[in-house]
Amino acid sequence: MKIHVHTRVNGEATEFLCTPERSLLEILRDELQLTGTKEGCATGDCGACSVMLDGRLVCACLVLAPEVEGRAIETIEGVAKGDQIHVLQKKFLEHAALQCGICTPGFIIAAKALLERNPDPSEEETRYWLAGNLCRCTGYDKIIHAVLDAAADLRGGAR
Amino acid sequence: MARVFFSSGLRRQVGGAESLELEANDVRELLAALDAKFPGFAAQIGEANAIAIDGEIIPHGEALFERLRPESEIHFLPKIGGG
Amino acid sequence: MSGNDGRTPSDKKWKYIGTRPIRHDGLDKVTGRAQFGADYALPGMLWGKVLRSPHAHARIRKIDVTAALALDGVKAVITGRDFPNVASEAAEGGEGAGDMADLAMNVIARDKALYHGHAVAAVAATTARIAEEACKRIAVDYEVLKPVLSLDEALAKDAPILHENARATGHEPLPKGPSNVASRREMGRGDVAKGFADADVVVEREFRTPMVHQGYIEPHAVLARTGQDGRAVVWCCTQGAFQVRAYSAKVLGVSTDMIKVIPTEIGGGFGGKTTIYGEPLAILLSRKAGRPVKLVMSREEVFRASGPTSGTHVRVKLGATRDGKLTAGEAVLVYEAGAFKGSPVTAAMMTVFAPYKLANVRIEGWDVVVNKPKVTAYRAPGAPMAALAVETVLDELAEQLGLDPIDLRLENAVHEGVQATYGPKYRAIGFVETLRAAKSHPHYKAPLGPNQGRGVACGFWFNAGMSSSANVSINEDGSAVVVTGNPDIGGSRASMALMAAEELGIPVESVRPVVADTEAIGYTDVTGGSRVTFATGMAVIEAARDVVRQLRARAAQIWSVELDAVGWEDGRAVLLAEEKNGHEPLSLAQLAAKAANTGGPIVGRAALTARGAGPGFATHLCDVEVDRETGAVKVLRYTAVQDAGKAIHPSYVEGQYQGGVAQGIGWALNEEYIFDKSGVMENAGFLDYRMPVASDLPMIDTVIVEVPNPMHPHGVRGVGETPIVPPLAAVTNAVQRAARVKLAELPISPPRLLEAIDRSA
Repeated sequence: MKIHVHTRVNGEATEFLCTPERSLLEILRDELQLTGTKEGCATGDCGACSVMLDGRLVCACLVLAPEVEGRAIETIEGVAKGDQIHVLQKKFLEHAALQCGICTPGFIIAAKALLERNPDPSEEETRYWLAGNLCRCTGYDKIIHAVLDAAADLRGGAR
Repeated sequence: MARVFFSSGLRRQVGGAESLELEANDVRELLAALDAKFPGFAAQIGEANAIAIDGEIIPHGEALFERLRPESEIHFLPKIGGG
Repeated sequence: MSGNDGRTPSDKKWKYIGTRPIRHDGLDKVTGRAQFGADYALPGMLWGKVLRSPHAHARIRKIDVTAALALDGVKAVITGRDFPNVASEAAEGGEGAGDMADLAMNVIARDKALYHGHAVAAVAATTARIAEEACKRIAVDYEVLKPVLSLDEALAKDAPILHENARATGHEPLPKGPSNVASRREMGRGDVAKGFADADVVVEREFRTPMVHQGYIEPHAVLARTGQDGRAVVWCCTQGAFQVRAYSAKVLGVSTDMIKVIPTEIGGGFGGKTTIYGEPLAILLSRKAGRPVKLVMSREEVFRASGPTSGTHVRVKLGATRDGKLTAGEAVLVYEAGAFKGSPVTAAMMTVFAPYKLANVRIEGWDVVVNKPKVTAYRAPGAPMAALAVETVLDELAEQLGLDPIDLRLENAVHEGVQATYGPKYRAIGFVETLRAAKSHPHYKAPLGPNQGRGVACGFWFNAGMSSSANVSINEDGSAVVVTGNPDIGGSRASMALMAAEELGIPVESVRPVVADTEAIGYTDVTGGSRVTFATGMAVIEAARDVVRQLRARAAQIWSVELDAVGWEDGRAVLLAEEKNGHEPLSLAQLAAKAANTGGPIVGRAALTARGAGPGFATHLCDVEVDRETGAVKVLRYTAVQDAGKAIHPSYVEGQYQGGVAQGIGWALNEEYIFDKSGVMENAGFLDYRMPVASDLPMIDTVIVEVPNPMHPHGVRGVGETPIVPPLAAVTNAVQRAARVKLAELPISPPRLLEAIDRSA
């Protein structure tokens, strides 16, 4: 027996059918073909599936698909606006803050959530906020630099 | 005369020698010469190995046709893999 | 064969290499557009699921799939019976000690399940849920056997035997009859007994290290589609599309032309994706079902059933004179191979003393099978564990002799012309330079507070050459496309573009680097072994030089002069010296526009087996603070100094250093496979298999030393693997100094450190 869910994804009205036990992550990837959000563990431990749900940072693998009825989801696909990439995306590229790139969507969503709450995080605050996002390639150094640089840019009113 | 060095594990195969000098134009000939002198050497070495020629480590298959200089130094090494 | 044209790299001035352009695939990766292994779908696609053995060691008596096949939505079920027997032969190209028969049996069990999680059957169904349900309905009759779960258990008298028909190979003395010893090897030279007798101080230490996983964030994923003619197209995340094709063909008993492999973007590999797991299963399922099949591992399956690296027992003994000259070295290295033979113990034997001058060495290596997943390559396979033992012994020698740890290493460091402990003479290497750079780094003089300690450790990796193909074609507008066959794991596309740009003399933004499938580029070995920038780079350079020759020939034709009258400077054909008959230089774009009229499209090619891979050496400094009450270790500061030969794109070289360090820190402090008594991994998830997170680590400082490799046109040495070799020892040395304890086992988790602190009190 499938449930008909109405929601908003990246500002667009979206609907899908699902059985009750399916996760938001499965729906995003397999039903809505939004594969930018990744599955690394399906148990909420790696952050590769980070999305925003009504402005709150969550792991999509821990959200049941029917739960998003009437709510607003933001995924990595919604971060850039047309051909204007977000400062975080720009800084990740400039700082070479990605090697394989699989964790990058999750980090960008999580970092964006941080900077929306705290425009001037310290290195330590940044590291602890991002402790829910695993990266195996970079050792985090360039990611932290990119996020701190993006924060500085945003504070300075840069493009 | 190419000089072939034997690490301790291989010395039993070659009568205890630490190194030997042999006439050979390429690695194939060298292996044949060693096998002639010490029957079974080629089989024991097999093909899962690498051969260092003047410091350059080359997998067995690739090494066979390598030409040897008169004073080439050769070592037999286990084959190793990267990740 | 090699692309070296004899120029000395160090005296060149470079225009593009050494800069830090934005990587060409970067925008796709930061916007979520890049497609990784699990991001592909096809119409009519089925979902695959694998049934795995619940026993670590069991004979498979019977498998009954009728109930599974009867389930609505199930389109195919396969077991080991559906696969041909594969003869034993070396698995080529994956650059490891691997046997095709073993590989085939690892992909799907035949008469025995050899580890918990070993694939026993596979199902394709219209939904993942139905496939899971179908797996539950497959009835397997197991005869459960006692498992062997440690080196000690494997080597014990009357140990259960994994492979009754196998016999130990290698150097005598070897066990006779069935045993769990796959091989034993010795290497060495000189007279160790005399060497130790001549020493003023002798230190011997032993360590146990656990099985650990590469920890790539992307699980293995494959989508396979078989056509009416039986030819399969496979999309998968892999470090080597040609290996997937070759190995899958062998396992399935088909010719390689029946399989096309398209490598997707890859979310980490570190060696763990240089082999195959689900690919033959997906191919066969898609053939039987007549529909595409997608098979993705869960995180749990990745831990239980892919290829972690060996748990080990390593023992090292070194002797030195009062003034710090090493006189003799002995090492006994015992490595777990997992369920099938082939641990990286031989590489460990070769790397263990490699950074040091030692006339007298004796090294013994054992490859031992246990009922755990078959181990696979993990970044400098075998070397980190051996370095752990050697570098901690050196630290202890330094303390006993009252010598600075870096000075002790400088006293014995190998350099060009020295005979390596594994045999051949070193050519140009940069080990001493890394030691000196570490010694003069501000980190080395920074003061330490209470409960803090500093560890020094060094590391070495050979770096591979192997085979690569490359095409460089010129577009009508003068831009270039560089096609290679190496999946881009860490920014290699940018480096290929940089090297091509340098040769062609056009901006790197005008060069488009492409990763091709097995039908669109010539044979190419894996992305791994620290070989891509070196060997594929060499192929790209040679292909670009081929293009330059062709462009010069076109200009010569246009100007009616001989080819050698035309030079190539800064992206333009120029008349050399005295020949300047008023011809203005012709840019690449201008020549490209005339290509069709001057002979046809301009395409350069190269296909080579690269020679002259230069070894990479590193020296690491690590500061830690220990909490004597909780046993927690905090890494305060880390500096990684490594010789890169020539850093093509310095940001990505730094990234390799930092990534290897982070993995090594995790290996030293937290990571381990924990098995219960029946051989089931208890921590098969990221919560309890604890890898470093951002709050665990400080910034990781890097120093790129450049001692050019004379065998590469740009001086490149591979850099990817060496970074993981020193950290186990660097962290251990730091903790030992900080807590004034002696450790013997990794990881240095809080309970272990507390125990060591209590023991020393």
